[in-house]
Amino acid sequence: MYKYDTYDQAMVDTRVEEFRDQVRRRIDGHLTEDQFKPLRLMNGLYLQLHAYMLRVAIPYGTLSSAQMRVLGDIADRYDRGYGHFTTRQNIQYNWIKLEDTPDLLGELAKVEMHAIQTSGNCIRNISSDQFAGAAADEVTDPRPYAELLRQWSSFHPEFTTLPRKFKIAVIASKIDRAAMRLHDIGIEIVRNDAGEFGAAFYVGGGMGRTPMIGPLINGFVPLDQLITYSEACLRVYNRFGRRDNKYKARIKILVHEIGAAEYTRLVEAEFAHLLAQGIEPPLAELARISENFADMAFEVGAPGDVDRSDPDFALWLDRNTHAHKAPGYAIVTISLKPVGGIPGDASADQIRLMADLARDYSFDELRVTHAQNIVLPHVRKADLHALWTALDGAGLSTPNLDTIGDIIACPGLDYCSLANARSIPLAQKISQRFAARQEEIGELKLKISGCINACGHHHAGHIGILGVDKRGTENYQLLLGGSEAADTSLGKITGPGFDEDGIVDAIERATDLYLTRRADGERFLDTYRRLGMEPFKEAIYG
Amino acid sequence: MVEPLRFRDDEAVADPAVTVDSFGDQTNAAAVRLEPGDDARDLLPCLGRLRLVEINFPGFGDGRGYSAARILREHGYTGELRAVGDVLVDQLAAMRRCGFDAFAPDIAFDPADAQAALARWADVYQTAADRRAPIWAKRHPGAVHG
Ligand code: SF4
Repeated sequence: MYKYDTYDQAMVDTRVEEFRDQVRRRIDGHLTEDQFKPLRLMNGLYLQLHAYMLRVAIPYGTLSSAQMRVLGDIADRYDRGYGHFTTRQNIQYNWIKLEDTPDLLGELAKVEMHAIQTSGNCIRNISSDQFAGAAADEVTDPRPYAELLRQWSSFHPEFTTLPRKFKIAVIASKIDRAAMRLHDIGIEIVRNDAGEFGAAFYVGGGMGRTPMIGPLINGFVPLDQLITYSEACLRVYNRFGRRDNKYKARIKILVHEIGAAEYTRLVEAEFAHLLAQGIEPPLAELARISENFADMAFEVGAPGDVDRSDPDFALWLDRNTHAHKAPGYAIVTISLKPVGGIPGDASADQIRLMADLARDYSFDELRVTHAQNIVLPHVRKADLHALWTALDGAGLSTPNLDTIGDIIACPGLDYCSLANARSIPLAQKISQRFAARQEEIGELKLKISGCINACGHHHAGHIGILGVDKRGTENYQLLLGGSEAADTSLGKITGPGFDEDGIVDAIERATDLYLTRRADGERFLDTYRRLGMEPFKEAIYG
Repeated sequence: MVEPLRFRDDEAVADPAVTVDSFGDQTNAAAVRLEPGDDARDLLPCLGRLRLVEINFPGFGDGRGYSAARILREHGYTGELRAVGDVLVDQLAAMRRCGFDAFAPDIAFDPADAQAALARWADVYQTAADRRAPIWAKRHPGAVHG
């Protein structure tokens, strides 16, 4: 993975000192809360319902075991012993004191980590495919491009006060595991007929209150123009994105209002101008970064057979492992969704244990997924049973990846000041209700947001749940048919909303219908797409 | 009004800055003020006679002026580029990078804070209007631009 050089380290250290100075000026009253707010937001510090929340960046979701261990230690020292992995492949701590943050950031900087641009109206942490560098289906590792973009976007002087936040995802596989087209910019690294790599740009996707699937605006940007093209996309947005209404300020609204063709025309004109400005790093820089992502020293001839005689292990194997590009290896996903647990939460001890297991079994590397789970990307098949045994002893072996128990949920009313309804207790109820049947139901992605801001990606769930406020009481709307994969689609609302128990019953009626009507091999989403909304509506509302 | 903080050696322009609209009609005006919604590219035909461009920030959170500044510099404008309005000391370093070389904030900067802000960043990741060599250029001395 990427190792900082002295330049990268100095940038992060400098930011710690800058923020220390800003906190000092806030505490001594030089800065008003209004003035301080964008500064702390640029550093991932939110004021929540009960305390400050700090979001730490995990660039493109990749981290080392040393970094993971520090995340566990921080949970103990500065939080209440927990960390919360997020849909942005980051980690959040919910109980942070303002005066502690400079020291906390100092600890992070020692292991090449930071909280730079994890919130605020700027370019956020770049996300990517959690199986990058390990997946059998990728054309190349997307992370060097994500790292190039990370450096370009860090402290970019022109783009610190954009109309709204800006999220970029980079993938390099036809199988989209990063919800690429639901980002402000989604980049897919592709290969043309001549065998050259380039970048396909999808711009103007997003969730929130007006979900949109990003249109393709350029199918092949040469790699030695990647930064210049990105800069053109951002400049057009910074200049013309709406600033009169924060709910219409994301780039998706600009692209939608002026049309993808006109947006593209503006970008191409800006791009033509910027090409002469010398802003593109040389390809040698991309080559330097790529060296950091060279293949691991995979054992040649590693045995491919796994003893499946233990049925619990075999179930986990089928559910939570994926094909690796190297023979004799597997990709392991550790579910942070135990039955009745808080999705994405891990205790300090669990975080440290996962760090140790990555060191022992996965070339020192871990990934955070946007579905709030942890990946050990490079595990020898011969080690899978030992790994599973260790996970099982720590409550980390739940075999429910991509099932109805693998719920994405935003923090909701338990923490978030914008929420209309609680997300976490509902997720816990659903996971308990369906625990015995999740394997029978199979792949079913269920996502919960506590309000229309859609942090829980409810539009993109096979089943989505949206918390709304109905005359002062919590109410939940049900959506069906969303997908964030390569077949991206947006869910549709079934009809009137439900209370907390009502929505769990409604989901059960929908899954019962699926179980009776599914054709061979059909997932819930496939059956819904074949049958359409009507029969589900009938089943749900009777 | 507070004396502007300037990073230029020439005499400050005394003329009042006119709006972009009236600038178009006044063939002798040398100072213009851009509002966030104005298009900086409208000034390109007359860059030669401009000696002062004020870019107004009615609220610090509206960042359109950063793009306007860079665009003017990228098209060869060398006169004074002054940030006016709700300009905060924590924006100083980024604004310098975008080509601003004068600052007339509504509330004067604390001089020590301003100095610290300007001295803070030893290196930068991007090419911008200040033409500082970015980190990638230092990593690859002699490499041609992509
Ligand atoms: S979706 Fe709403 S409630 Fe949930 S975290 Fe986002 S803003 Fe808060």
